[in-house]
Amino acid sequence: MIAYIVRRVLYVIPIALGVSVIIFGLVHIAPGDPLNAVVPPDAPKETVELLIKAYGFDKPLPVQYLIWLGKALEGDFGISYATGRTVSDAIAGGVVNTLILAVGGILIGTIMGCSIGALAGYFQGSWIDKLATGFAIAGVSVPHYWLGLVLVIIFSVELSVLPAMGMGPGGSTSWVWDVEHFKHLILPVITLSVIPIGIITRSVRATIAEILTMEFIQTLEAKGLKKGRVFIHVAMNAAPTVLAVSGLQIGYLLGGSILVETVFSWPGTGFLLNDAIFRRDIPLLQGVILVLAMFFVVLNLLVDIAQSLIDPRMNRS
Amino acid sequence: MSTPSSNTAENLDSGQIIAESPSYWSSVRSNLRNDPVTVTFALILLMLLLSAIFADFIAPLDPYKTSMIKRLKPVGTEGFLLGTDELGRDMLTRLIYGGRLSLLMGITPVVAALFFGGLLGLTAGFIGGKVNMSIMRVMDVFYAFPSVLLAIAISGALGAGIFNAIISLTIVFIPPIARVTESVTTQIRALDYVEAARASGANSLTIIRVHIISNVAGPVFVYSTSLISVSIILSSGLSFLGLGTEPPQPEWGLMLNTLRQSIYVNPYVAALPGVMIFLTSLSFNMMSDGLRSAMDIKL
Repeated sequence: MIAYIVRRVLYVIPIALGVSVIIFGLVHIAPGDPLNAVVPPDAPKETVELLIKAYGFDKPLPVQYLIWLGKALEGDFGISYATGRTVSDAIAGGVVNTLILAVGGILIGTIMGCSIGALAGYFQGSWIDKLATGFAIAGVSVPHYWLGLVLVIIFSVELSVLPAMGMGPGGSTSWVWDVEHFKHLILPVITLSVIPIGIITRSVRATIAEILTMEFIQTLEAKGLKKGRVFIHVAMNAAPTVLAVSGLQIGYLLGGSILVETVFSWPGTGFLLNDAIFRRDIPLLQGVILVLAMFFVVLNLLVDIAQSLIDPRMNRS
Repeated sequence: MSTPSSNTAENLDSGQIIAESPSYWSSVRSNLRNDPVTVTFALILLMLLLSAIFADFIAPLDPYKTSMIKRLKPVGTEGFLLGTDELGRDMLTRLIYGGRLSLLMGITPVVAALFFGGLLGLTAGFIGGKVNMSIMRVMDVFYAFPSVLLAIAISGALGAGIFNAIISLTIVFIPPIARVTESVTTQIRALDYVEAARASGANSLTIIRVHIISNVAGPVFVYSTSLISVSIILSSGLSFLGLGTEPPQPEWGLMLNTLRQSIYVNPYVAALPGVMIFLTSLSFNMMSDGLRSAMDIKL
């Protein structure tokens, strides 16, 4: 068990390095000089040379990469070209706001997905199953940015009961536990939860259906165990799968929330990313992507370790 | 070649055997025939494809013709069945034309990724050992990104444009296709009949061509059709962010983006392009699910 965990933790290192190389490389596939974003075209030559030195663009690429990596490891992603603020400050605020959405989305997604999936798995072939399966396929097929727009049309435009954009009154950018902020949270969280609901429903349904065909269930029933108690055994056996699927979905939500954040003007990482792309703010772009990708890598690790703790059979692979 | 008469005789002869043990493909066909839902969605897809190809003949008006006085007409306006957009262009026309770019940008990356990812997966699975290790570990690195993030990161770095969006989505879909191809290839390579072919002197290329590809193609193809559904949503999503097509080209994601400002004026017209994205993506998913169960594929 411990050997597995150590091996799994060590495997993160090459993956994380690979990820950092890709992110660093992104700047160099970008057309045009990254300095174009900071320097006006008519800047004097000396200024340009000074800036090239200041940003380290005069050094060979591998050296630039190592310097960038070393600083990134210390949490220093450089200075945003567009705002002049440090990138880490901007990301710190954004990540918290995005996490609020992602955690909300995964909570609803897991609760709904497990209930619908379990119902469908228990009543295979019934109308409940057909409805649930159809709902799940619709959930994974829906363009969530459009769904967000439809929710805004229904609840903000037609019924005017919920706010259409922002995180709180007066362009608030940090979370406060009050009714107003909570109202702003409802639509984006529902929008974000639809894909995990679909995915979790499908995998819970398949898992439960498979468990129900196993012999130990017959044994338990033959022993005269009540239906409720049998269900506990089924649920325990389905838990590792649910954990793995939901855990990874948090990561997908962190990355996927950019579109939803754009629809709702939510001040999270997606919003930052959008800003970084259109202002060609390379340090901000690299920083946001690196932080989100590392979140995903660590999440993968945690899910694997948690799974091996719950279900020791996993260690073999 | 056999003469027609002997051909019929052969058919009659084998007919009884077929009736008792239907071949794989005829059972797939009969499975599909008994699955009206899959057939319905396949027909919807066919209609979407045909209307995009023959847009010039079907669309009632010019997709680029603007009109300042006919802006944002509601659904059902005379002469504009589905209303008009923020520049007074006919929505129905633009939705029909929009299928061209949306389908192109959704399907092309998966086809390209099928080629490159399939090649990588076949190589890794067939050769195994160190080659497998190095190819699959590189794929693992790309797996460390959530797909939406990777697509946006690459498109964001490359800049807006249809070609760049297609490239970034191709890169996103290569790792999953390579992974599925590799795992199926590894399974098949270990089967007895491949060993038998090798023992009887077939060289590697022949084995790959005759024995491996024919067995890998089905599962990988079905898996890819489900990726098209994701690809349609992502490519329209890139356009929605301003990273795909550029105005005034008709494309569903971009139309959704430009009509967003009009949701307070004419909400239902503004939501229409999303309905098309949803319908297309849903149809690909339903077809993929139907094919998967008809072909009895477990991935």
